[in-house]
Amino acid sequence: MTGRDLSFSFPGRTLRKKPSSPRTLFSSIMSGIVVLCAVIALIPPVAVLFYILIQGFAHLNLDLFFKLPPPPLVKGGGFGNAFIGTLLTVGLASLFSIPFGVMAAIFLAEFARDTKLAYWINFFTNVLSGVPSIVIGVFIYALIVIPTGTFSAVAGGVALAVLMLPMIVRTATQALEAVPMDYRQAAIGLGATRLQTTLQIVLPAAVPAILTGVMLGIARATGETAPVLFTALFNQFWNRPLWQGGLWEPTATMSMLVYNFSTVPYKNQQQLAWAGALVLVTLVLVTSIAARMLTQRRR
Amino acid sequence: MTPVVDSSATPSWKRTDLSRKIDSGFVWLTGAFAIAVAIVLLLITLQVGSQALPAMQEFGLGFLVSSRWDPVANIFGAWPQVFGTIVTSLIALVLAIPVGVGVGIFLSEDFLPPRLKQPIVFLIELLAAIPSVVYGLWGIFVFIPFIRPFGNWLHQNLGWFPLFSTPPAGPGIYVAGIILAIMILPIISAISRDALVAVPLELRQAAYGLGATRWETIFRVILPAASAGILGGAMLGLGRAMGETMAVTMVIGNSNVASPSILSQGSTVASLLANQFAEAGDLQMSSLMYAALVLFLLTLVVNVLAEFIVSRIRLRY
Repeated sequence: MTGRDLSFSFPGRTLRKKPSSPRTLFSSIMSGIVVLCAVIALIPPVAVLFYILIQGFAHLNLDLFFKLPPPPLVKGGGFGNAFIGTLLTVGLASLFSIPFGVMAAIFLAEFARDTKLAYWINFFTNVLSGVPSIVIGVFIYALIVIPTGTFSAVAGGVALAVLMLPMIVRTATQALEAVPMDYRQAAIGLGATRLQTTLQIVLPAAVPAILTGVMLGIARATGETAPVLFTALFNQFWNRPLWQGGLWEPTATMSMLVYNFSTVPYKNQQQLAWAGALVLVTLVLVTSIAARMLTQRRR
Repeated sequence: MTPVVDSSATPSWKRTDLSRKIDSGFVWLTGAFAIAVAIVLLLITLQVGSQALPAMQEFGLGFLVSSRWDPVANIFGAWPQVFGTIVTSLIALVLAIPVGVGVGIFLSEDFLPPRLKQPIVFLIELLAAIPSVVYGLWGIFVFIPFIRPFGNWLHQNLGWFPLFSTPPAGPGIYVAGIILAIMILPIISAISRDALVAVPLELRQAAYGLGATRWETIFRVILPAASAGILGGAMLGLGRAMGETMAVTMVIGNSNVASPSILSQGSTVASLLANQFAEAGDLQMSSLMYAALVLFLLTLVVNVLAEFIVSRIRLRY
């Protein structure tokens, strides 16, 4: 009954869209264009991954992780020292930036939320995250390399820490702000101090989200080259053990190895660069995926 | 029956002086760390600025317009690098903005069911994590050989036009520009998408209700409403492109010229730093610091503007 009435009051053709009418045609063409945009955007990075996988796997073997970088035209060798160096510099960077960033985030989210001060510190944090990584390298060169007189793992670690810091502050602040107010009120109501409330109630609840930010920061730091370019520099050999000053000598990293060996004309070193790039990309992507899975599961 | 409160007795739950001091000490400590984050920015300016001082005194602002980079005669000018930084970033923006906004529209409107959309958003975010040096490696061995015939064709057929007036020599400004475009695409599409998603549903519904087609709605209602956010995203992309170092250094050719042709080789401030920093003499080092300061200030201006624009968006909706 009602259906009949409707079809009667709307003559069929007024609601029918002809695909060839200019307005509909324009809409379809534009829709085609944005689909094309998405495809265009995905092609280059997928092509990069494809080549890294093909070329990288062709030259990858377990030995690479235990040997030193080879001289030009000498077969064999590996990137054992660079792999350790990446773990070392990124480890140091985490050691410096995580406590620093989380403490700052606690202030921004717990004690200064919605104040002018917090607004400006957030603003500076965002601006800091936009500072080119090469400028951070230059800054740490002036701050640490010149006074200590040597390129070092510590300098590289601090440079990467400056890079990670804004990411950690931002994600940790958001994570802490997402903890429901009830938690804090309950804790305060039971007589907890601000210190107890923060460290025993709010922070544990925010840990997974903070961890996501930390891991994204680690992924970024692992792949960065510019900040270690003239802070950690490179090293053809193994560093001395840490307790014998190994932290204070030039240190090889995977990203620097890829950079150095991709810009030389020697086949064996170029092949090592591809294998190194595969290891680097794997490290970075696995960390990024794990970081995202961590929060996605909780949502 | 008023409750008796004996204020003179110390209740057992009363905090000791020490616990109070620890508590406020903790608040102050976190505050110190928070302020230290902002101070890092100041410290960068001071450190790099003080190292750059000798070169600033020697060359003044002429540093920015002189093209002579001569470590033997100790005369330095960074015009080709400033020029190269601006040109490569502009090429990147020109290529990345249309595609990036297109991707943003594709992922914000209902072209795809959410179940398909989410993985693509995830994939784009993930691809943004591919390290710059890996793009550089790919650029050297895969992209340059691939794009070279195209560069040759441009030069042979449109060589009369200043932009294509030099024969391409493998690496070059245009290669760097395209690779930068690839690298800033994720950030531009992500921020455009955020800005488009933030446009209230009522605006869409009103436009559809008035009989607008999907694309009339997008062009006349949604894009104008999201324009500030998209602009902010483009500015962030610009900041990223200007500071990007490794991929550019590996594919730009690193020659000290400011040519109008995008097919010629060139260099950027970041690539100059990457190439010369480790083995620079005194005044050369100071000049490099000067160049770094210029780059820092350029990106600072761009990022501060972007930050203001993007945060304005968050306030509005």
